Amino acid sequence: MSDVNPDNVRSEVRQWLETHWDPSLSLVAWRNLLVDSGWAAPHWPEDYFGKGFSSALASVVDEEFNRAGAIGAAHAGPRMLAAVTLLEHGNHTQKTNYLRRILTGEDSWCQLFSEPGSGSDLAGSTTRADLNGDQWVVNGQKVWTTSAHHADYGLLVARTDWDVPKHQGLSYFIIDMRQPGIEVRQLRQMNGHASFNEVFLTDALVPRENLLSEVGNGWQVAVTTLAHERQSFARSRGGTDTTQLSGTIYDEYREELAVANEPYVWYPQRAGRVDLALQRAQETGTINDPVVRQDLARLLILSRTAQWTAARGRAAQQAGKPQGPEGSLSKLAASNIARTAARLHTDTTGPEALLTGENSPHKGIIAEILVSVPAVSIAGGTDEIQKNIIAERVLGMPKEPRFDKGPFRDVPRNVNVSEI
Amino acid sequence: MHFSFSDDQDQFRGVIARFCRDKSPTSQVRTLMASDLGFDPEIWQQLCQQVGLVGLHLPEAQGGSGFTAVELGIVMEEMGRHLLCSPFLSTVMASTAVAQAAGADECSTYLSRWAEGKELATLAVCETDMHFEPHNILLKATPVDDEYRLNGHKRYVVDGHSVDVILVVADTGSQLALFEVAHNAAGLTRTGVETMDATRKLAQLDFQDTPAVFIGALSPAQLGEIYNTLLVALANEMIGGAQALLDAAVEYTKLRVQFGRTVGSFQAIKHRLADLLLEVELAKTAAYQAAQALAEQRNTSEMASLAKAAASEAYLQAGIQCIQLHGGIGFTWENDTHLWFKRAKSSEVFFGGPAYHRERMLQQIIESAARSETSVAEEINT
Repeated sequence: MSDVNPDNVRSEVRQWLETHWDPSLSLVAWRNLLVDSGWAAPHWPEDYFGKGFSSALASVVDEEFNRAGAIGAAHAGPRMLAAVTLLEHGNHTQKTNYLRRILTGEDSWCQLFSEPGSGSDLAGSTTRADLNGDQWVVNGQKVWTTSAHHADYGLLVARTDWDVPKHQGLSYFIIDMRQPGIEVRQLRQMNGHASFNEVFLTDALVPRENLLSEVGNGWQVAVTTLAHERQSFARSRGGTDTTQLSGTIYDEYREELAVANEPYVWYPQRAGRVDLALQRAQETGTINDPVVRQDLARLLILSRTAQWTAARGRAAQQAGKPQGPEGSLSKLAASNIARTAARLHTDTTGPEALLTGENSPHKGIIAEILVSVPAVSIAGGTDEIQKNIIAERVLGMPKEPRFDKGPFRDVPRNVNVSEI
Repeated sequence: MHFSFSDDQDQFRGVIARFCRDKSPTSQVRTLMASDLGFDPEIWQQLCQQVGLVGLHLPEAQGGSGFTAVELGIVMEEMGRHLLCSPFLSTVMASTAVAQAAGADECSTYLSRWAEGKELATLAVCETDMHFEPHNILLKATPVDDEYRLNGHKRYVVDGHSVDVILVVADTGSQLALFEVAHNAAGLTRTGVETMDATRKLAQLDFQDTPAVFIGALSPAQLGEIYNTLLVALANEMIGGAQALLDAAVEYTKLRVQFGRTVGSFQAIKHRLADLLLEVELAKTAAYQAAQALAEQRNTSEMASLAKAAASEAYLQAGIQCIQLHGGIGFTWENDTHLWFKRAKSSEVFFGGPAYHRERMLQQIIESAARSETSVAEEINT
């Protein structure tokens, strides 16, 4: 085998694509070819469809795919969270059974973590799994489950032991979403979109071999998934731009992306649309209002300095310098930015900010900002949790005294009918 | 855009930080606050001679050290962190002004006169506000024989009561120009003013037919560049101070016990500190990026004003929160917080407050947005 360096990899993948890339194949057929070659996920281990590349080498592969206009492995939605969790904690059979179809896009996944009674306190999960013969029987309710309505499998955290402290009583399962014990209902948000689901589990079954890692080790496994969730939130989504390309395989691919990205269409509005702030002030003439000018300037300063601060954090990391606080602050900054932007949009647009529909300012986008921004400071960790994390991990502040250290059975919690 | 400091810059910061920490304990700051001069000449000369601070940010061709606003920012940040009382700001003001107004040789001569830290100089610009706007400079310069006579007054002149040389921006009737006035010139009255922030000494200067040497003309753009340099320098000083206040608040709340637990374990305290950390880190980025922009001569007014506005808000917040988190002791003279709080206040209004700078920044942003639209339109038309 030749030396693995960026130049060799580049020419190797380029050559392979010249020989094999065939837009007349079906999406699944092409991706099976891709998985067999190892180019679908070159940063995965060689035993499991990858080539064991570093992320720097893998991005060389991405560049070549983009250059060739070739479609890569399926990556949209929560499937990659499943993949990284399986790679780290799955046994050989589990990896062999599930990883290929994640990459080909044949299977979709969802993440059954949050519950109505445990949001910020994820380890307080009360969905229960009881072993009956060779099957785990699952009862409880999950919520905020993106893409559950078209998922084939779920990553499930459930309580298997009530008599130990809460983090020790959880186990982590792969659950088949297409079974009678699972009911998925769309959850409508205050902005009218339905990006998430509620999932009701009533005597839902998990075969014994679908336990990931060991009984009682669910929290450690969940931490892996959550770490990658944060990373994938931070990472911008790349991939070949296929908007201008025609052909069946591209149509299939665009359809796949459209379904996977549908829950996120309102996310730019959720972030406050700072990009529209100056434009709106100019369109409405409020740019001549000194108060609006001050607020606009405040918003621009906040948003720019937050972007640059994130860049400062990344630059320090790349230079191999000790981790500063910059990286932990983006989420809190995003909340402040969104709230400041929503207030400014209200001031610049005035009563028209109420209007929705085709004839309203920017076809309802302004109104949608106002009713979407409250999500930013909650989703993916509330501001309050973020502030605790920043204070404790960055500033080294002492932890709050806890009341949930004993057996979970005795810990005060929300009333949940499923748990008797 | 660069987002990190080089190893050399980190090392340079280490040298300055050590010097400031060793030479500027708060006991020393308090002693100097109570003195007329406001700094220790021996320490200042050590700093000049060991580190070569005079002209740090100016090109070698003009007699400077050939570094940039980034290194200037590093020095200011460390001095601000430790509240080092020195005539560095007045020196930066004077050297930046001669670099704009004088020819390269003449500038070199000035810098070599000041290099050892024995002859001190400052810059006198402001008469009403501190905005460096040309129409607010009313002090008259009238030619008499080979020199000029100055009439009028200057306010908020940093170290103006104690320096040897005062560089004065005056109106000749046809243009603005920079003049040199000796401290003992005829018709010059220097009055030290009492201020709430005794770590930075200010003077009012009155000129009555005061003889002055013409250094060179100053266009509005040149005056603007002097202003931008000073804004960037001050913003970097401010973020150093803000960090010192944040550190002090964190340290104290980890030690202070009430209700049987350290107060730092209460979320009410943690959340304030997390908010403050965010504000301070954003302001630091603003100050660093403004220094970088100045070094690269890119959007200098926009970036300088952005940094000054951000640093003003963050430093003041840090002062307010640090006192609050100390409780009653934070309001005492004995506690050191007020030393930085007062510097935060004086820096906030110095060279224009945050509202003024938000407006100045916004004007630049709107102008450059309009310019880029015009250039796109022109491209389409041609």
